[in-house]
Order: sequence, then structure tokens, then C-alpha cells
Amino acid sequence: MRYLPLTPSDRQAMLAAVNAATIDDLFADVPESARLTGPVAGLPMHASELAVERHMSKLAGKNLSAGAAPFFIGCGAYRHHVPASVDHIIQRGEFLTAYTPYQPEIAQGTLQVMFEFQTQVARLLGTDVANASMYDGSTACWEAIGMARRITKRAKAILSGGLHPHYVSVANTMAKYTGDTLVTATPELTAEPDTAKLIDLIDDDTSCVVVQYPDILGRISDLSDLAAACQAKKALLVAVVTEPVALGAIKSPGEMGADIVVGEGQSIGVGLQFGGPYVGLFGCKEKYVRQMPGRLTGETVDAEGKRGFVLTLSTREQHIRREKATSNICTSSVLCALAWSIHMTLLGEAGLRNLATVNHVGATTAADRLAKVPGVELVTPTFFNEFTLELSKEARPVVRELADKGILAGVSLGRLYPGEDALANGLVVAVTETTTAEDVETLAAALEEVLA
Amino acid sequence: MSTINQSGWRPEMNAVEGEAAATFTGNRALMLDEPLIFEIGSLSTTGVDFDFEAGRGAYQDRLGGLNRNKDIGLPGLSEPEAVRHYTRLSRQNYGIDLGFFPLGSCTMKHNPRLNERMARLPGFADIHPLQPVDTVQGALEVIDQLAHWLVTLTGMKAVAMSPKAGAHGELCGILAIKAALEARGEDRRVVLVPESAHGTNPATAAFAGFTVEDIPATPDGRVDVAALTARLGPDVAGVMITNPNTCGLFERDLKTISDAVHAAGGYVYCDGANFNAIVGKVRPGDLGVDAMHINLHKTFSTPHGGGGPGSGPVVLSEALAPFAPLPFVEQQDGRFVLVEEETAGEHHGSSFGRMVSFHGQMGMFTRALTYILSHGADGLRQVAEDSVLNANYVLRSLEDVLDAPFANSGPCMHEAIFSDRGLAEGFSTLDIAKGLIDEGFHPMTVYFPLVVHGAMLVEPTETESKAALDQFIGAFRSVAQRAKAGDAALKTAPHFAPRRRLDETLAARKPVLVWKEPAQVSGAAQAAE
Repeated sequence: MRYLPLTPSDRQAMLAAVNAATIDDLFADVPESARLTGPVAGLPMHASELAVERHMSKLAGKNLSAGAAPFFIGCGAYRHHVPASVDHIIQRGEFLTAYTPYQPEIAQGTLQVMFEFQTQVARLLGTDVANASMYDGSTACWEAIGMARRITKRAKAILSGGLHPHYVSVANTMAKYTGDTLVTATPELTAEPDTAKLIDLIDDDTSCVVVQYPDILGRISDLSDLAAACQAKKALLVAVVTEPVALGAIKSPGEMGADIVVGEGQSIGVGLQFGGPYVGLFGCKEKYVRQMPGRLTGETVDAEGKRGFVLTLSTREQHIRREKATSNICTSSVLCALAWSIHMTLLGEAGLRNLATVNHVGATTAADRLAKVPGVELVTPTFFNEFTLELSKEARPVVRELADKGILAGVSLGRLYPGEDALANGLVVAVTETTTAEDVETLAAALEEVLA
Repeated sequence: MSTINQSGWRPEMNAVEGEAAATFTGNRALMLDEPLIFEIGSLSTTGVDFDFEAGRGAYQDRLGGLNRNKDIGLPGLSEPEAVRHYTRLSRQNYGIDLGFFPLGSCTMKHNPRLNERMARLPGFADIHPLQPVDTVQGALEVIDQLAHWLVTLTGMKAVAMSPKAGAHGELCGILAIKAALEARGEDRRVVLVPESAHGTNPATAAFAGFTVEDIPATPDGRVDVAALTARLGPDVAGVMITNPNTCGLFERDLKTISDAVHAAGGYVYCDGANFNAIVGKVRPGDLGVDAMHINLHKTFSTPHGGGGPGSGPVVLSEALAPFAPLPFVEQQDGRFVLVEEETAGEHHGSSFGRMVSFHGQMGMFTRALTYILSHGADGLRQVAEDSVLNANYVLRSLEDVLDAPFANSGPCMHEAIFSDRGLAEGFSTLDIAKGLIDEGFHPMTVYFPLVVHGAMLVEPTETESKAALDQFIGAFRSVAQRAKAGDAALKTAPHFAPRRRLDETLAARKPVLVWKEPAQVSGAAQAAE
């Protein structure tokens, strides 16, 4: 009970002050039949800090952590080195234990960080504006489709086969309830992404085309033609970035004409954490800002004329307009956005470009080495730090076998696309600055053994 | 036009007359004004060093000719500069570590650091969501254990762990209701939402394609049961209710309401944002609730970090359990498995689908489980009791100076509500809030719930001591008395915060959402000149 400061005599004095004989007098409005008379059955009682630490450490010990094995898993979440000062700063109580900045005079720290984050994100994605973050990349992607529906007043979205299948799943779930029609292209194990096919699908009912960049297989393609084709039909181009480090090396989607760019920001500043919390990035052209979901921070002045920041354009938000809200989003991943922003500030332009280079060099070296393993072919001629191999046998059991050897070897397309036989031999391999040349050799040798 | 001085400030920002006129830098003793990174960083500065492995010289890029050929515009800082920048910014923030943070309906309680330490164990922090399940058995066990606690504490059948926040949990619950109705072949279109519900409730129902109808509140601050039951019928999908409600009161008739809704073929969604008041004392399942989200960051103390991340698992009744979203953790033959799309057939074939790319807020699960184990079943019960006792203590200590509209509606639960009735002409709730800042407290929630004019919703939580409450009560009393007496100084409060009252209208009228080079500056800066 170390977190509870009231002493038994405090409780007595306070009960007297509120004119109650016992604590249960204060629960008088709970029907007696529903009142529990003691601690809920079937659960343990309170425990010391040491005991809890022991229990949790034991559970943590049952997992194979990325740092303890040669590690090549990507597909929407990436292992990068996060500088020590990032975690140090986000653990400052004034950041960690603050709430939504409803009282801006005493929340300038959070608000300025959000404003800096918005600017960094907009520049990286190549958009005019960006919001203060979303739950994650997949929900941001869904929200972008909804936003395109509101802007174009059309409800047919075309999803590229190169879009992360979980993002497609999330969009499918939501579309069932909002009346959107989703046209999903088939994912294919080919060198070229499906850009031409997507262009053919665009018609006068299309609200948007959603394309991932680099895509789920790691392929990079020029979005300019797609953007022009969308514009010709007054549809929007939504680009999804799941590996923002890539944008240190390649052109931003905004630069190539995307109207809305969303992303999974986890790569920068936020650890893997088994899938969450992550940080959704969301930017768009300025003319669409009032249709953009999520929280926004804006610059203003205080009563003395000093620059300051406040939450703004909240008339789009659920707690103001209730059923007229642009979405039901009611939060942003501020702490993760803070980590993202600190890491980005530590990198800076020069550091981000260095990081991107190290990733790409490592990936090309690894791709060439692994392609030399008998029974392995490199499918993707263009990529950033993640590429796809076609194995001589089904990749899913191969990944399991490699895990038994203590190697976390990438994501089998069989896991992401169960039932799609044409993809079953595909293995998506990610290489970052945390991957060593020795890791690559270990994987190559083990792969050779398993495929033999 | 403007030039940037050495500290990054445009001088005209500080060109104000009088006693408050700033110095050249705007700095005051330990409170230092901090420029933006765009004003102090440079494109060539970096705070990170890299290892370039051998072979770089020979490499050719495979970027398909899409190489970046322009600057992105991301300024960098060296590590000492960055640490100082963010540390200075942190000092302009109020957090629960700094003092009392009585935001009603937000449950700002102490965030134990053990939670943080556990979440950072490499076995939790450094595992990938797509690792083979045999390599993440401990993580799945955390989800399973937390799920067990949530289901047991609420008296429900199942729990969906993946929703990323409270509002996302609401969406999960309402989609489960929709899926259940579809499975019954019924197209019910109406969701009833009492006036006192959170604003997210109607937004969520509308987002899922329902028509929202309001149900009025009674003068004593509860759902008008007669109005609600009269509206039930074959077109009503369900009701979204908040209990304890936003007036801080327990909905005495929830069981009656649930029975009536069920009899009419609908489902009951309960907003669980206020679960803190009843955890370990009442199980919502016993009151007939079909779905309820639990804000882990509130009741189970995961830090909210300036507005997020949250985490909103949704507990489900037997009727809704089959429709829960994927993925799902299950125990099979002594090991944990992850039920995803392909394996959903047997047990979760009716699932309404996937809500997020991976498995939810794992980092929050470890924190919440750590907290729950620390408290245990006995401690959690004490949590509810102390939070309710603290709220009633605040209510009874201030009802003589402030209008307390529901003071006679029964004990309040974990939050106490006051109104602006009786303040001097021209004085409002906002003035009291800003006055409290000068007293060193974060203000309570203001202008919410909407059913109370000029509402002030105070939620002390169980982690405040009697001494802390007495200090707050004293400050609140003094500010309230000044507002009743018409003390003009209150109208310009806060006087001692890093900023005086900020112009929110200007920010909305001329939105400046990203930083631009001074030559491009428009909007706020021009308006200030």
C-alpha cells in the first residue's frame, strides 16, 4: 500500500469531516446486491517492490530480446539505436507525468515540443503541415482514408498491394462501418510495385489511392505519375511511410505530389515494445488542414505579447462537436512524439542522412551476401534498408527453424499473408545500423544449412 | 523584417511597456525562455556519432534514382545543447510529480517509477511484434495475466486488449455491439447517449454509423431512467452510459437500465473512464454492462506523458465476447498463442476484425500489470475507497464557499463538482482556474461536464495526502473568495507562470502550425506587432 498516503487516523478524521460513520456510507448509492464485501476473489494481495520486480523480471526473461540475437525483423517496426539522452529526457517528471495541455500557461514545455514535432514531421514528409501525432501508422492510415472521403465526398479508396497487410486489415474493419468501399490490389512477389495497375483503377468515384513507400517488400518507386493520375481524376494520393529513416535518403512523398502523408514513427526514438505504444505521423497540404484529424498546436502570443503555444482548431475535435467531429481520436502519442522529436533533434539533417546511409549500405551488403546462399534469390532491385528474398522452400518454417538456432531472421510473407501460396516463399529481411557484419554471416550460414 | 538575436528571440516579441516588460532575453532567474530548435540548431550539427563499416567506398546505392537532392530542413543540436533545450522546456510544464493535479475525469495519480523500470527490461522493451511466438512467451503471459485481472475485477467474460486509447476502446465496444446485431440479422440504427456522457461517446457512435439521440439528465445529476426506457424499441442498438457519471455520481439505477435495454434487445456500453472510483468495490458485470473500456493510464497509473499514449482495453460480456477484435492471446497446451486472422476460425470466427497493426500498447500493459501486482486485490479496493473519501472531503470542505450543484444528490464518487454561480459580475470559472495556477496548483477540469454551468470538476485521486488536500482547499477557498469579491487582479492571472494568458482566438483565426523562417512569418507574429 506504499502508494497510498492516507493513514488510518487521517481516514477517521476525514470520515468525521464528511459526516460518514464508515467508508461504505460513501458507497450508499451502489445497490447493496452489487457491493463486494471484501477483496475480489481469485486475485493475489499486495506485494513488495522487490517481489513485483522479481515476478516481472521472470516474465521478461522468457522472451528473446532483439539485442540478444542476430536480428532482421522489420515489416512496420524497426530496431534502431536510440541515444541514451532520449530516454533520460522523457523520464523527466514534468514531461512524463503531465496531462493534455489544457492550461497552456503551465504546459509550454509540452506545447513547444508539439510545435517543434509538427514542423519536423512536415519537413520530413514533405507536407505543408502535420499534426501532433496519432496512435500509430495503421490508425493514421485509416484516418487518412476517412479524411479523403470528407474532402472528395467520394467513398472509394484504392489500396496498393504493397501496403502493409495489417494496415489493410484495419482499413477493412473500419470500412465495414463507415460505408467506404475499398479496392485492394493483390500483393505480388515481383520486382516492380503495382503503380501502373493502380493508375488503371482510378475513376471518378475514387476518393484516394493509398500506397506505401518503401512498400511492404521494401521496394521504392516514383510516386509522381500516380500523383498526377490522382490529380487528373480529382482523387487524393495518400502515401504511407513505415520506415521514416528512409526519408533521409530518398525523396519525400510530399515532394512527389502526395496530398496526405502518414507514417509509423516508431523507428525514430521509440523502441520496438512488442508493437506499442508507437507514434503515428500525419501531414497534409495546407488547404486540407481543417479536415485533418488529431490534435494540433499553434503559435500565438500571451497577454504580454510573448510568443507562446496553445492547442488549436479543436472545433474539429470530438469533445467540442460531439457527433460532428472529424474522427473519434481524442489523444495523441505525445510522449512518443517527444522521444521522436528529441532523437530527430540529436540527429539533425546531417545525422539523419548519415543514419540513412549506414542503413542502406548495410542492407545492400547484406542483400548481396544472402543472395549468394544457394536457394535464395533477391526479389527487390530497389530498396532502402529492407528487401525481399525468395527462398527455395516455404519461408515460415524456415523462420521458425532459424529462431530455434537463436536467429530472428525476418518476416515470412506466409505469416503476413496466410493462404496466399504465391507469396509463401517470400522472406522480408531488414537491416539497420544495429546489424553487424557478423550477424549477416551468421544468418547466411544458418540459412544455407536450413535450405540445404 | 525581423532578425533573430543571439538567444533566438525576435526582439519585437518583448517590446512591451511597463513593469512586465521583458528583458532582452526574456529570462527570469531559474525560469529561462527557450528558443525553438529551428532558431538555435543548424543543418550540419549532430548529437549522434556513427560507425561506418568497411566497404562503404565500393557501394552503389539502389534507391532507384529517387535520392534526396534537397535539404530536408532538420536542424540538429549537439548532445549537451539538446539535453539543455529539453530540460529547460520541461521546467515550463506542470506534472503530477510537481504537485496536485486535480483534473476531473482524467485521474491524475502518482506514476510509480517501478512501472517505468519494468517496462524498460529488454525482454519487454526490445522485442518485435512479429517475432515467432515461441520467442515471446513472457510477453504473451503479461497480456494474459493483465487480461485475467481486468476480467476478474469487472466480472466480465473477455477482454479486447488492442485498443490504443480510451476513445479507441469506445470504438471497439461499439463495433462489437454492431457486429453482434449484424450476427442477429438486425439493423438497429439508434444509440442513446445521456447528456452527462463524455463527448467521445456520441462522436464514437456517429463514427460507427449510428444515429445518436440524447437522453436528458434529472435535476439530481443522473440519467432520466423514465425518459430512457420510454425511448427503447426495436431501432435502438444500445445505450452508452458513464458510471460513475460525469457529475461524479453513481448511477444507482444502472442495473434497472441494463435489464430494460436487454429486454428491448439492445446492449449496454459503459464508459469506464471513472473506474478508479469503484475498482475492487463493484463489478460492472454485475450491473448488466456488456462492454466497458478501461483507461489503463487512469486507474492503473501508466503515465500520460502530456496527452498520451493511453491504452484502452475493453471488457466484454458473454454476449459480446465472440465479436472481440483480433489479435487475441490464448493458452493452448501450456503455451501461449496469438490468435490472428488465419487462426481465428475456431474460437473467434465472429471477430469484427483488426483495429491496429499489432497487439496494442504492450509498454502500457507491463506498467499496468506492475502497478496491479503492487496493489493486489486488497490495495485496489483501498484505492477506490481513498479516492472517494478524498473527493467527498474536498466537496464538504468547499461547499460553503462555492456552489456545489449536486451536494445533496448523495455522496460524490471520486470527483466533486462545483459551478460558477455566485461569483462577482464578470468573473468566471476560467478566472478561478488561472488564479489557482498562481497558487501553485494545476487547475481542475473546467467547463465540463456541459450539464453544469461553468463547471469545475475536481478529482483528487487516492495518491493525495490529507495535508496536500488541506493545502489545495485553502488555496481554492482563497481564490473563490477573491472571485466573489471581484478582485480585479484575478482577471489577469496567472502572474507567476511561464506565460500570462495566451490568446487562443488568435491561434485559431490565423493558424501557425509549423515554424517558418522569419521572412516568411505571418499570422501570430504580425498580429503581435
